[in-house]
Amino acid sequence: MDFALDSGNTAWMIVATALVLLMTPALAFFYGGMVRTKSVLNMMMMSFISIAIVGVIWVVYGYGLTFGDGILGNLIGSPTGFFGLNGIGDDSSLAAGSGVPFLVMAAFQATFAIITVALISGSVADRMKFGAWSLFAALWATLVYFPVAHAVWGGGLLGWDNPITPSSPIDFAGGTVVHINAGAAGLALALLLGTRKGFGREPMKPHNVPYIMLGAALLWFGWFGFNAGSEFAADATAGRAFINTLVAPAVAILGWLVVEKIRDGKPTSLGAASGIVAGLVAITPAAASVDTWGALGIGFIAGVLCALAVGLKYKFGYDDSLDVVGVHLVGGLVGTILIGFFANLSEGTTWAGAGDNMAPMDGLFYGGGLTQLATQTIAALIAVVFSFVMTMIIGWVIKSTIGLRVSEDVEVAGIDYAEHGETAYEEANQR
Amino acid sequence: MKLVTAIIQPHRVDEVRAAIEAVGVKGVTVSEAAGYGRQKGHTEVYRGAEYTVDLVPKTRLEILVEDADAAAVTDAIVSAAQTGKIGDGKVWVVPVDDVARVRTGEHGADAL
Repeated sequence: MDFALDSGNTAWMIVATALVLLMTPALAFFYGGMVRTKSVLNMMMMSFISIAIVGVIWVVYGYGLTFGDGILGNLIGSPTGFFGLNGIGDDSSLAAGSGVPFLVMAAFQATFAIITVALISGSVADRMKFGAWSLFAALWATLVYFPVAHAVWGGGLLGWDNPITPSSPIDFAGGTVVHINAGAAGLALALLLGTRKGFGREPMKPHNVPYIMLGAALLWFGWFGFNAGSEFAADATAGRAFINTLVAPAVAILGWLVVEKIRDGKPTSLGAASGIVAGLVAITPAAASVDTWGALGIGFIAGVLCALAVGLKYKFGYDDSLDVVGVHLVGGLVGTILIGFFANLSEGTTWAGAGDNMAPMDGLFYGGGLTQLATQTIAALIAVVFSFVMTMIIGWVIKSTIGLRVSEDVEVAGIDYAEHGETAYEEANQR
Repeated sequence: MKLVTAIIQPHRVDEVRAAIEAVGVKGVTVSEAAGYGRQKGHTEVYRGAEYTVDLVPKTRLEILVEDADAAAVTDAIVSAAQTGKIGDGKVWVVPVDDVARVRTGEHGADAL
């Protein structure tokens, strides 16, 4: 542990951590605006309780499960090594290369676990018992998020030099760990819960579109910490991630609005806000591995495909209420797989850590052939299947014990009063 | 005495108030209303899903007048509120048995 503390990198990581934590309350506004007045508080509380629950279990055993030495065939890290963050608390616990204290790294990574759980709540709007959600948050973080984060970032089975993919997969800031993971879980949970009463027949229009735009703005702001912070240093690669985090959402707005203009006749403000998030999701895994043209391509494709994908739930009849699947699963897949086309690893990036025979390759468009595309696709599909199956099991256990869903009269009257004893607005008609 | 009730487009309220003041009306009660007529509702699209909004916002005016003034007030409202498009609203007149002014206890025409 003879690394010098790097004050610049450490200062940046402390700021980046605060930025990423802000994303979860921002998500609460983004989601809260999309539901009706009778369930906005429950919607926002699902994000806030994720901070509480996941924040606590992260420091107790989550960091260990994610970054501890692999156990059970390296499926998971050892929870005992860093129990209560012990062993990384002294001044000499600095990350190799970046010179950032491990405690700062642990705080930064905590915010990722928190928001990944919170993202799932969009698929269960208006109808999930708060107790069931709280239990789900703890179980899902433990049994799904920590294992996937360990696999990808903790030296596990989808990380550098792994035994599965033909080259090392690239997931810079969480395309598989965060977005595919949350998106597949959202699909599973929406299927287990069933549709809201009146889904597809009654109007369930967003009650506050300005909240949605405020949430999208704060998410974008925080996302600079999410992506540029994932370099764990204030360097040129962080700069690359930073500009790509500006470019991809900007062009994704255009992609989403073009679809709306052609399909629906008018570009909407909800579409612009959704386009921002779609672009952010898609550039997350690719932020440091594509050049500006790659960011433009990934952002635009994500904007278009996510705008189209949000209609799938009506076609297939699953009530993914706020489009966790359409935005996060589809956006995460777009970003993760398009790395196989757009990766340009000579462009200001460093990929220390991968062995020579497992180094990540340039994408198809940059002369790297099909290897990285195959790697990215395999990693993405493993994440989809693992998250979906595990979420189905966790959800089924909760459903058969304490139950997932509020009663129909509570759902109709509004979940806020029944589950939290309060209502958001002084309106006679709480719809 | 008569009660003149008008349902009009919210954006014509200022013009209608000016018009009824010009024909001598001293007071009016204004409230927000929602409903539909031949205009029907309108359609909004959120993430590609169409929502029909059945009830359109309107403004309701209620004016108490003497019998002789009812026709002039009605005409003033109609001409000031008219845009010629569907959804302009309606005005109707009903007889009123009695009116009392709360402050003084006056009744009938004196209370108007």
